[in-house]
Amino acid sequence: MTGTTLYDKIWDAHLVAADADGNSLLYIDRHLVHEVTSPQAFEGLRMAGRSPRAPHKTLAVADHNIPTTNRAGGLAAIDDPESKLQIETLENNCAEFGIDYLPMDDIRQGIVHVAGPEQGFTLPGLTIVCGDSHTSTHGAFGALAHGIGTSEVEHVLATQTLIQGKAKNFRINVVGDAPAHVTAKDIALAIIGEIGTAGGTGYVLEYAGEAIEALSMEGRMTLCNMSIEAGARAGLVAPDAKTFEFLKDRPRAPKGADWEAAVAYWQTLKSDEGAVFDKEITINAADLPPLVTWGTSPQDVIAVDGHVPDPSAIADEGRRKATERALDYMGLSAGTPMQEVAIDRVFIGSCTNSRIEDLRAAAAIAKTGKVAASVNAMVVPGSGLVKQQAEEEGLDKIFIAAGFDWREPGCSMCLAMNADKLAPGERCASTSNRNFEGRQGRGGRTHLVSPEMAAAAALAGHFVDIRDLKAEG
Amino acid sequence: MEKFDKLTGIAAPLDIINVDTDMIIPKQFLKTIQRSGLGKNLFDEMRYTPEGDEIADFVLNQPAYRAAQILVAGDNFGCGSSREHAPWALLDFGISCVIAPSFADIFYNNCFKNGILPIVLPQEDVDKLMDDSKRGANATVSIDLESQTIKGPDGGEISFEVDAFRKQCLLEGLDDIGLTLQKAAAIDDYEARLDAQAWR
Repeated sequence: MTGTTLYDKIWDAHLVAADADGNSLLYIDRHLVHEVTSPQAFEGLRMAGRSPRAPHKTLAVADHNIPTTNRAGGLAAIDDPESKLQIETLENNCAEFGIDYLPMDDIRQGIVHVAGPEQGFTLPGLTIVCGDSHTSTHGAFGALAHGIGTSEVEHVLATQTLIQGKAKNFRINVVGDAPAHVTAKDIALAIIGEIGTAGGTGYVLEYAGEAIEALSMEGRMTLCNMSIEAGARAGLVAPDAKTFEFLKDRPRAPKGADWEAAVAYWQTLKSDEGAVFDKEITINAADLPPLVTWGTSPQDVIAVDGHVPDPSAIADEGRRKATERALDYMGLSAGTPMQEVAIDRVFIGSCTNSRIEDLRAAAAIAKTGKVAASVNAMVVPGSGLVKQQAEEEGLDKIFIAAGFDWREPGCSMCLAMNADKLAPGERCASTSNRNFEGRQGRGGRTHLVSPEMAAAAALAGHFVDIRDLKAEG
Repeated sequence: MEKFDKLTGIAAPLDIINVDTDMIIPKQFLKTIQRSGLGKNLFDEMRYTPEGDEIADFVLNQPAYRAAQILVAGDNFGCGSSREHAPWALLDFGISCVIAPSFADIFYNNCFKNGILPIVLPQEDVDKLMDDSKRGANATVSIDLESQTIKGPDGGEISFEVDAFRKQCLLEGLDDIGLTLQKAAAIDDYEARLDAQAWR
């Protein structure tokens, strides 16, 4: 007997219409909007004389090019006129079209993928979209969540649906117990290293196994966030007691009898015994080391105690050329031990790793020393609420005492749209999600790591094996 | 949306795998609130020095390819972000067809919403077109969406697959929203059933 997968169940529950050619109309429950990918969509609505079909199912917040300093002066104090215009345009569009908006000076403001779950806007079993590829984050709650383009933002606003072709099912089993200091980020990087940056193209990933069940909701968000770096538009983790506990009493989560009914339904959201997956792999978490990327693709991963790879050993011509190009861009020589690679900057933040747990993990390292004199390090909380909680726990004081900059929430140097960026040639240990050429600033060199690895690198001035650090401490 | 039916133009070779959206249009150009005007910054960091001078080696700066309308590229083209600024920049430059062995999902989807035809071909066919496109001004390639064929400079034909619905939308320049609104009754029905799940 065959069963259905979690993805199949959510898909079936959202089918408005199915065409013979395989394209379907899928109902969209929740829509997140930010300042960068929405202005042209609202303009499209305006030009066509259309209005949002269900404005209360959309939530907007500015995050991508909002400054992480100088927030007190509000919109008027934003130096960059283009950034200011884009945020102002979002505010005006939300007011005009009746869309809920978390303003710049609101404690709830933050990165869309941090703020959505915090508000309980993200719930299991829903379809969630946003004009941002890291919308896959929300899959941590067992929601079908993926990034869309601006034309689709307009389509969702106008119709509350999307035209979609069904993806295939890919289950990634992560069995065993992850060793100490091997985090959700390391698991995500290990998976991308294994299947490649296009390995998930055309699939929805379902993460399963005891190492996934053992992850906190923050960890699951980190993992699902990186699904897109493996080419998959969406990643899923079946909801469980941790999911419900995280969501209970959140502002937009259901209450009372609605909550009970919702949980009863959410408990059915898992792949059936015997469900058929188009592809399946198994990774043993117990074998994983802390990882760091050496190149310009998130698949370019290596154990922190490893060495920069040698392109001449790669048989495939495309891969060899890409590796040569990457090493040239990164200013690295084959065979160099990763722990000898010195860094200039550290960025702890982004929709991947800016939640309270991430900051706690980084702070636990930060309090053991001082940021190296040669390093400039910054911590950018994912939302005003994360920042507030961190300050209540005294984490800000630990970071500041160690020499880290403590900033206001936003996307910041993950994509360097605001003033936070690398100078050409600068090398950064970053908890973000992409190490593409120029991602953190033209000529900037990004190494993706977990928050504790980033903090350790900040103190040492180069990458260090966090496992050794702990042993010494 | 502009229709796409036939295209005859210069094909430019971009022989790189994993061309990501940050390469296609770097983030500093995403601050616009319009769709137009991005062509001058297409592949900005590969095309210009930090001082803004053209990098002569880059394919689209070479005299033969300055008016390219077709791009031939490596595996996993368009990976990375969901920014529709990437297809907007290609289109604004004048490129309305990209040929590669594979594309990232979101980018692929975004192309069809903007009158750009992304064509997936087996590696050997891409290799052949890559060679053809390296012939500079003689690298004229013809694409016929209706018959789903590509004609190279030597007259050799390659056929390609494309989703029937997306093909029709491109051929007729159809607006997705208009098509979906024809199904408004089905959306109404669906929403009426939502009452049973108040929490949604």
